[in-house]
Amino acid sequence: MRQRTLRPAPAPASVAQRRQQLLPNGVLGMLIFVITEAMLFAGMISGFLIVKANAPEWPPLGQPRLPAGETAFNTAALLASGASLFFANRAYKVWPNRARLPLLAALALGAVFVVFQGIEWVALIREGLTLTSSTHGAFFYLIVGTHALHAVAALVALGWSAWLLSQRRLRPGTLQAVSLFWYFVVGVWPILYFQVYLA
Amino acid sequence: MAETIATPGAHDDHGHEHHDEGWVKKYLFSTDHKIIAMQYMFTGMAMAVIGGFFAYAFRMQLAFPGMEVPLWGVVTSAEYNSLVTNHGTIMIFWVAMPVLIAAFGNYLIPLMCGVDDMVFPRLNRLSYQIFFVSAVVLIWSFFVEGGGFGGAWTAYPPLSAKAEYSLTPSGASLWLIAVALEFVAFLMGGINFVTTAMNSRAKGMGIYDIPMVVWMIVIASILFMASVGPLIAGAVMLFFDQQLGTAFFDPAQGGDPILWQHLFWFFGHPEVYVVLLPAMGIVADVICVMGRKKLFAYRTVLFTAIGTGVLSFTVWAHHQFIAGIDPRMAHVFTITTLLISIPIAEMCFCYIATLYGGSLTLNTPMLWALSFIATFLIGGVTGIFLGASGADIYFHDTYFVLAHFHYTFFPIAIIGTFAGFTFWFPKMFGRMMNETLGKIHFWGTIIPFNLIFLPLFVLGAAGQHRRIYNYDNFPELALPWMQDLRILATLSLIVMLGFQLVFFYNCYVSLRRGKKAPANPWNANTLEWLAPSPPPHGNFGDKLPEVYRGPYEYNHPDRSEDFWPQHVPN
Repeated sequence: MRQRTLRPAPAPASVAQRRQQLLPNGVLGMLIFVITEAMLFAGMISGFLIVKANAPEWPPLGQPRLPAGETAFNTAALLASGASLFFANRAYKVWPNRARLPLLAALALGAVFVVFQGIEWVALIREGLTLTSSTHGAFFYLIVGTHALHAVAALVALGWSAWLLSQRRLRPGTLQAVSLFWYFVVGVWPILYFQVYLA
Repeated sequence: MAETIATPGAHDDHGHEHHDEGWVKKYLFSTDHKIIAMQYMFTGMAMAVIGGFFAYAFRMQLAFPGMEVPLWGVVTSAEYNSLVTNHGTIMIFWVAMPVLIAAFGNYLIPLMCGVDDMVFPRLNRLSYQIFFVSAVVLIWSFFVEGGGFGGAWTAYPPLSAKAEYSLTPSGASLWLIAVALEFVAFLMGGINFVTTAMNSRAKGMGIYDIPMVVWMIVIASILFMASVGPLIAGAVMLFFDQQLGTAFFDPAQGGDPILWQHLFWFFGHPEVYVVLLPAMGIVADVICVMGRKKLFAYRTVLFTAIGTGVLSFTVWAHHQFIAGIDPRMAHVFTITTLLISIPIAEMCFCYIATLYGGSLTLNTPMLWALSFIATFLIGGVTGIFLGASGADIYFHDTYFVLAHFHYTFFPIAIIGTFAGFTFWFPKMFGRMMNETLGKIHFWGTIIPFNLIFLPLFVLGAAGQHRRIYNYDNFPELALPWMQDLRILATLSLIVMLGFQLVFFYNCYVSLRRGKKAPANPWNANTLEWLAPSPPPHGNFGDKLPEVYRGPYEYNHPDRSEDFWPQHVPN
């Protein structure tokens, strides 16, 4: 038998949860949260740009250069993960089971990104770039670290979605909300990469 | 589209009003929006008592330097700094925000939108729990070694960044953690408020049928969430500077102390409107009901509020005119700052036009609402002097600034709250408040309030600097007439705090022996007055209301009654 249908959901506890006029509740709530997150990164980036603009030399003398080339590979993995999740969403609308493969691919590519970032951090710390070595190091770990925390949180949410999918309990609103957050994490990264690594 | 009538069984399954829960589950870990609103309300009031007591302690020191203050003892200079800092922090973050946005937002949004609860009730409960922890962390910070943080509520580095300057090695970090936790709590609350008001309204309630107070809380929540990100970024950086030895704000190692001021005030100025707008909304509802008139220019007020919110993101550097910013930049911020007085004035004019020709009932909520408009106008007009960079260079960091922002924040946080609390008290608790005690409390608050802060305008114009612990050390600021004004302000404060006991007594008496409130004691139109007083769990029972018209149809010519509730078909 085709497993197109979802298991019956527990009835929502309140009428508030059954009504929706603009967007599904989870998506609207996540959208508002993403606006806050965008402003958080905007604050960090503008602080970074101000300090960088006032510095006589950037990166400061004696500080290691960031591995822009290796991170480009990483960036590609992250973007591929976002694309894969996009296809998972499209497949889910047709037939929920078909979403499993692209969803797992998105999860794996996202994990590749996080793991390689970790390896890069270990190398940079060995080379002498730390939180206290300079404002360059401090801003690098602050901005990239904040992004990494977001990526880990989003991966946990994606893994949870994949588990719900395997149990046939994944609701469309849940997948959309989690995807929205992952699109944000993926979408903000090229900006961070350009500002912190390249520019 | 939304369904209006709850499917039969949905309520029975989940036992609205059928559960016999224990006291702890019902009042401490409830997901009911009304209980959470009351938790926010009472926590906010308890914090207001602490903040008021702090004001009493440091005002006594200013009026009678070196005196042993009753209930406190001698105020040392470190204690003075900590008292001033935490008075400001508490009154803004633990009184104005939880009471005006979280308490009224939680209570009113589902009731006024005709729905049984918030969209994310468990997120809502978590929001209050985190808020409660944040209050505990803040109070804890007063008792650690070195005492509570004393670097002013704005926490400018380098004073706040290094323990050797602030002399509060753990107090400063705990203060920062408390503020950060509080922001997380309001983030969750704000997501709920916006989602519920936008997605879960009663059938038929278009966007221009939403009561103004709900709109204002929604706009304020959006403003908060759009502005708080940079401050959280700054707070993390400041915490790293304090605890991990980074140098984000240390110029000696390549950092920039002015950066904090930008990150702080980018949030800090919209924050003024975050707390102002809900108070404006409460006043709008009160004057319409008590004036028996339709709100003048509903859409103008709404779009003005949205415009104010947008404009409030462009004015922050007027706090930094003497911090070394480029004078050309200061001109830009002078212009935007003077511009923002226009929409606020417009809203006040709309309110006055609403009152014009109405049949006013001068009961306690209405007195509070009218006094809000009057006192807030004084705060707004004095702000124009501070917004102009030329005048601000003289007034900066004087008591003129202090009196100005107390003339804005006191009407917002205290007068607006009392207007809303006395207006919705019958709905919240099912009893009418005692009018006589309410009026005694009103006059006993509003007269001393003006006697506290009008003298401070004079002192500020005479050059009295803020952040001075004992004016005896500054002979030109310790003239007898100046000291007399300080004593007048302090004595007025004590009188005002004393009259708050009347309020608490009134609450006690009204809750015990007040007249039972009917569902709609004020003959008001909005949906919350359809629910019983107090509303049960689930608010409206099994049949949720539908909406047929706007919220302010008072004295409509086609109708014999002078009000026309939103839920009545004809």
